[in-house]
Amino acid sequence: MQQQYKTVIDEKQYSLDGMRQHRKTATILSILAMGLGQLYNKQYVKGILMLLLHFSGIYFIAAKLPHAIWGVYTLGETKTELKKVGKLYQQVMGDHSIFLLVEGLIILFIVVVLACMYVANVKDAYRIGQLREEGKAPNTFKQTVKYIADYRFPHFVISLPMLGILFFTVLPIVFMILLAFTNFTRENMPPANLVDWHGFQTFKDMFQIKAWSGTFYGVALWTFVWAVFATFTCFFGGFAVALIVQQKDIRFKAFWRTIFILPYAIPAFVSTLILRNMFNGQFGPINQYLAMMGISKIPWLTDPMWAKFTIILVNFWLGFPVSMLMIIGILSTIPKDMYEAADIDGATAFQKMRWITFPAVMQSMAPLLIMAFVGNINNFNIIYLLTNGEPSNAEYKFAGHTDILITWLYKLSLDQGQYNFASVIGIFIFIILAVFAIWNLRRTKAFREEEA
Amino acid sequence: MKQKKARNFIRQALSYTVLTVIAILCCYPALWVVMSSLRPGGALYSETLIPKTLTFVHYTELFTKYPFGQWYLNTLKIAVISTIIGTTLVMLTGYVFSKFRFSGRKNLMSGLLVLGLFPGFMSMIAVYILLNQMNLLNTHFAIILVSAAGAPLGFLYVKSYFDTVPTSLVEAARIDGASNLSILFRIILPMSTPLIVFTSLTIFTGVFTDFIFAKLVLRSPEKLTLAVGLFDMINNKFATEFTVFAAGCVMIALPITILFMIMQRYLVEGLTAGAEKG
Repeated sequence: MQQQYKTVIDEKQYSLDGMRQHRKTATILSILAMGLGQLYNKQYVKGILMLLLHFSGIYFIAAKLPHAIWGVYTLGETKTELKKVGKLYQQVMGDHSIFLLVEGLIILFIVVVLACMYVANVKDAYRIGQLREEGKAPNTFKQTVKYIADYRFPHFVISLPMLGILFFTVLPIVFMILLAFTNFTRENMPPANLVDWHGFQTFKDMFQIKAWSGTFYGVALWTFVWAVFATFTCFFGGFAVALIVQQKDIRFKAFWRTIFILPYAIPAFVSTLILRNMFNGQFGPINQYLAMMGISKIPWLTDPMWAKFTIILVNFWLGFPVSMLMIIGILSTIPKDMYEAADIDGATAFQKMRWITFPAVMQSMAPLLIMAFVGNINNFNIIYLLTNGEPSNAEYKFAGHTDILITWLYKLSLDQGQYNFASVIGIFIFIILAVFAIWNLRRTKAFREEEA
Repeated sequence: MKQKKARNFIRQALSYTVLTVIAILCCYPALWVVMSSLRPGGALYSETLIPKTLTFVHYTELFTKYPFGQWYLNTLKIAVISTIIGTTLVMLTGYVFSKFRFSGRKNLMSGLLVLGLFPGFMSMIAVYILLNQMNLLNTHFAIILVSAAGAPLGFLYVKSYFDTVPTSLVEAARIDGASNLSILFRIILPMSTPLIVFTSLTIFTGVFTDFIFAKLVLRSPEKLTLAVGLFDMINNKFATEFTVFAAGCVMIALPITILFMIMQRYLVEGLTAGAEKG
């Protein structure tokens, strides 16, 4: 206590000498090097830590940044070639364009993070300098830690997840967007070849070359149709089942619910593979049972129309339990007296349904329906596991009848190596989804509430 | 009156019929795959649903022909660790967005939400090179790292759940001198059991059944996860060994299904909490 009191007095005298100087000096020093301003402000532990960060940062930037910028800008200049070394031809490895691009991005991202720290450092030195001019003692290291835990908690806690997202989500997305502007395809696969910046050529090709644009429109249309059907069948199916189960005089409600949860409880990945075998046209049990009833074999997965129908059917089986559970939850929140009042007024069952139940359910479900629609546009697993886009379509470029945009994207990049075209589709999907999601989010309560 | 009674009876009978039919349809695939796994031979086709003789040979084959036990251990290890880290991160993120106000908060939230919608496959190439740079290819740590890093993108659900915890409670604790972390662990989390169960179960099953990313990263057979192993099984040999595949399905689906059934109450609460918020 005594000691602290003493520092305050020292501080006072000092500030009389150099009035209004602390702020300026600390700021200038901190601009020169991270931590210097803090050292000047007598925050020694913090200052030394930051100085260490500064030097490692400078070293890092000097060592890596020029090469990174060159790499991203040129995407490499030397090809892999056979060169004559002495009497023998040897393969000399050239630049790997894609590695250069990703490595360059990683380094640029690290530099951005460092730059943010630098700005924070200057701000901090200025703020502490100001405190000292006001005659307050700067925080000790212990106090700094406590200050962060109490008042800077959100920034501090969120920084770790944000770093993870920056490097494992944002960086890959930037990389992907950049790919759309290159000529990166299997035909000029690095390291044997160099990839070049290509401007908007891929976008032009996608919409002007008939084979590409035809596939694009066809697949996009089916994606939309699929998402609409998938969303609404699950919603109305779940709704209907919920209404039947929740009727007053139905017994063993918990039993029925438990059974109906089964499709949700079995991992979708496993059940989709199982259903693919059940719908097998030749040996599958479903056609076998139909044959017993005298119905001829149905090409569930091999005929374009039937395959589309099967996908929606299977998705219904997988998806209705979730909406059923949600709707049962909503139904239990509707006040009973509304139905009693309706009974007194002599409303029919249909009228009660139309004017009480349905609006209540829709109010809660609308945002979730939109998100389900968005999720279905992106529903890779069911298509990939059930049909893998088959049956094939001769008019489409690398896509089958049941491919949706996201599975086409997968085929283009991982099977066909048409990375730049895949990127263009990725950007397109992203824009659609982002518009839906932001619009939806802005109108939900979770976002608007915020009293203070 | 009589007419009304009759109509009531018909409605009830119809309801029970519909419920029974749906119940059969819900159970049938599971029943069929269990029966297939117990059937002698390897073919997909069978005369009857219940085989004439039962055999467990396909289950033992899983362990003799494939390193199934090793796959199981790998998958459990990856899934449990990812779930713990991922759940912690997403809870912290949700807590910060729900109970703190700071500049740039709303923009950050919309940004994260949009990022979460991005199709994952294109970014897989970049993630692959990134992991290559970090020397993490063909390691389990890579999968844990990537799934834990992606988990906070699902923050919105957690946030809206935490929003229902009254602010006054949080304020009172703060006045009593509770630190930010103890508010989360002592007050908010104990009130959020359904949310924790729902979130961790979602992450767990997500990692448990992921076969695309794991397939890209893991190369050596002894490092594979169940989902990748099963997927390879059906893609390579499905024509001749369908019954072994069925046994694999049962082995993978059983623990998850049982977990879901036990946690049913929490799942229903967790799901409806999201719905009521709207």
